[in-house]
Amino acid sequence: MEENRIRSRWSGLRRFFAAFVNQANLLGRTFREGDTRTRLSFVLMGFGNLVRGQVAKGLYYFLSEAVFVVYMVLFGARSLVGIVTLGTKTQYIEAIPGQVPKVIRGDNSMLMLLYGVATVLLVVWFIATYFWNISSAMQAQRAVEKGEVLPGLRTEAREYLDAKFHVTLMILPVMGLLLFTVLPLLFMILIAFTNYDSSHQPPGSLFHWTGLYTFKALFSNSGVLGGTFWPVLGWTITWAVIATASNYVLGMLLAILINRKGVRFKGLWRTVFVMSIAIPQFVSLLLMRNMLDDFGPINGVLQHWGLTSKFIPFLTNATFARLSVLVVNLWVGIPYSMLITSGILLSIPKELYEAAAIDGASPFRMWTKIILPYVVFVTGPYLITQFIGNINNFNVIYLLTGGGPSGLTYYQAGKTDLLVTWLYKLTVNTRDYSYASAIGICVFIISAILSLVAYRNTKSYKKEETFQ
Amino acid sequence: MSRQPFRHARGRVIAGNTLAYVVLAVLCVIWLVPVAWLIIISFSKGVAGIPNYFWPKYGFTLQNYVKLFKDSGAASGFYFPRWFLNTLFVAICSCALTAVMTLSVAYAVSRMRFRLRKPYLNVALVLGMFPGFMSMIAVYYILKAVGLTNTLVALILVYSGGAGLGFYVAKGFFDAIPKEMDEAAMIDGATRSQIFWQITVPLSKPVIVYTILTSFLAPWADFIFVNMIMGPTAYKNYTVALGLFRMIDREHITTYFSMFCAGAVLVSIPIVALFISMQRFYVEGITGGSVKG
Repeated sequence: MEENRIRSRWSGLRRFFAAFVNQANLLGRTFREGDTRTRLSFVLMGFGNLVRGQVAKGLYYFLSEAVFVVYMVLFGARSLVGIVTLGTKTQYIEAIPGQVPKVIRGDNSMLMLLYGVATVLLVVWFIATYFWNISSAMQAQRAVEKGEVLPGLRTEAREYLDAKFHVTLMILPVMGLLLFTVLPLLFMILIAFTNYDSSHQPPGSLFHWTGLYTFKALFSNSGVLGGTFWPVLGWTITWAVIATASNYVLGMLLAILINRKGVRFKGLWRTVFVMSIAIPQFVSLLLMRNMLDDFGPINGVLQHWGLTSKFIPFLTNATFARLSVLVVNLWVGIPYSMLITSGILLSIPKELYEAAAIDGASPFRMWTKIILPYVVFVTGPYLITQFIGNINNFNVIYLLTGGGPSGLTYYQAGKTDLLVTWLYKLTVNTRDYSYASAIGICVFIISAILSLVAYRNTKSYKKEETFQ
Repeated sequence: MSRQPFRHARGRVIAGNTLAYVVLAVLCVIWLVPVAWLIIISFSKGVAGIPNYFWPKYGFTLQNYVKLFKDSGAASGFYFPRWFLNTLFVAICSCALTAVMTLSVAYAVSRMRFRLRKPYLNVALVLGMFPGFMSMIAVYYILKAVGLTNTLVALILVYSGGAGLGFYVAKGFFDAIPKEMDEAAMIDGATRSQIFWQITVPLSKPVIVYTILTSFLAPWADFIFVNMIMGPTAYKNYTVALGLFRMIDREHITTYFSMFCAGAVLVSIPIVALFISMQRFYVEGITGGSVKG
């Protein structure tokens, strides 16, 4: 099993490289077998299509080349250099006696990196287009040699509603992804390997490539950054484990309770709980924050009834705050798992219950021996998704405590801060972008490992094709 | 249990049911207390800062709601009606865009086989595992480079830009529609796009509703990206979430807490109503997508 999987991953890599070799071969073969018009397409993209009557296609390739060349000459080449240097001229203030001091603009490392990454993406797109152009020229030549009629614009266009419909479907979403997810993410990942922190802010000053320096600082046992990272990571994991487990078990109990045979008004009960999912979290959680305030209504009522003489620091004492977020998270999370497990509980084969009842099993034993194993088995992937979701559970922490109470020995973090809320604070409050990115990469690695375990082992991933 | 006389078993059932009702009732109260308090405070008179009571001390009033609309303007810096319309506009545009794109991607990766399909699925999986806030600042700089910051268009783009990643639930749904239907239609000469529009879409009502619902609700709840894109001065282009959020930050909470509650009630009513009426689809959507052994 294990061996197979490793082998299949290697073969995946091999296929990846084989694809490159294939493309290179295609170039060679086309050059050998192509006629002059096809060969000219190597330099003048779209030439082969254009002279053989496929005007629209030819023009598209030709214009792509033209746009690309103009862009590279005017701008692109410079940004490719910029991504290496990240700027050399620092901005400074020229003070000539007797005149108003003047700011002499230097390089802006941030923009240079951003444009550099964008240019790299553009180059990748151009290389792909270039290969399409070559193979399209060869195809046109072959078709003409065989005496076939070349597909015109209308036929080709119709293809995009049929055999190539996936291109039509995916072009817009993929462009959206490239612009708003891939480009920003590549940019931010690269930032983790620079010193773009609060003391290196463009345009005032430059930042540079620093390799793994940020990660070393983050993982070090000494130093304020490492002294924050490890405790925050520890709390993140603790939080995720407790939050996931408690929500899951209690949600399931609630589902069992509502789905109990004799209980009526099931829809009404469910609706009450579903309401807490429906109310926007910034409303419900901000409200909870104020309810749990030192001078808020809960403390007010407790003191009014004489249950406590002083306020309880629900959100201002580290231990209390950690407990409070876990408890409030139950309010938010139980209805979700109730909804999910409800569906599953109804799908448990009735025979299982009946057999157990005949054998004289108590309700508790029934729950631990039948329901729990069955539901855990079916919801395994969901459980792991929930765990990852809790590691990234920004809203509950940020809206309730804002990460506080602040840890005095921490850098920009509090006692209830998760990695993601710390990341957010570093981004927004202090602009320590390189630290923030490094933390983001850590969160990614944690999620990636967990997801690999979850997805690779599920049947639906392995046997996707047979399932359909 | 089975050996006990029938009468006792019945007594146990009744006792069990009573206990179940009691527990459910207590839980319902716990779940409803915050909601009730929100509504009560929204009608309360003379609230200054965070009240330390549940029941209003100075009686009830409608003023909080009235002020929300009357005091809207430059003097207070709060434009609730305008924020509401902003959010509605953004939500409608982005949910239309998102729904079309999500369903397109889901259909393509579920039903069609092309060379880049597996790589796309893997890349999507990887992209989805990075924390969303990580790229936030880069998104801001990109929008700034195009001159779109402080606009609602930017919000629509940001909310629907990630649609290519949210295809899992819809894909799971499409996977379950028998392939034979497509094949039969293809034999009759239907093109892929005809199959998509005339066979798959009509069969996919639950998942379409789910996609529209989730993407319509997102702009009402987000305050992070709006905050990033709008900056501190573009008050008029806020959405309700950010606007209400600002109402109870440290400098405003003493004056505006009860108005915040009123605004929150007004925002929550349509959303909760929508959500509860579509509850069934929501459950089908999430359980259909994530729970499949």
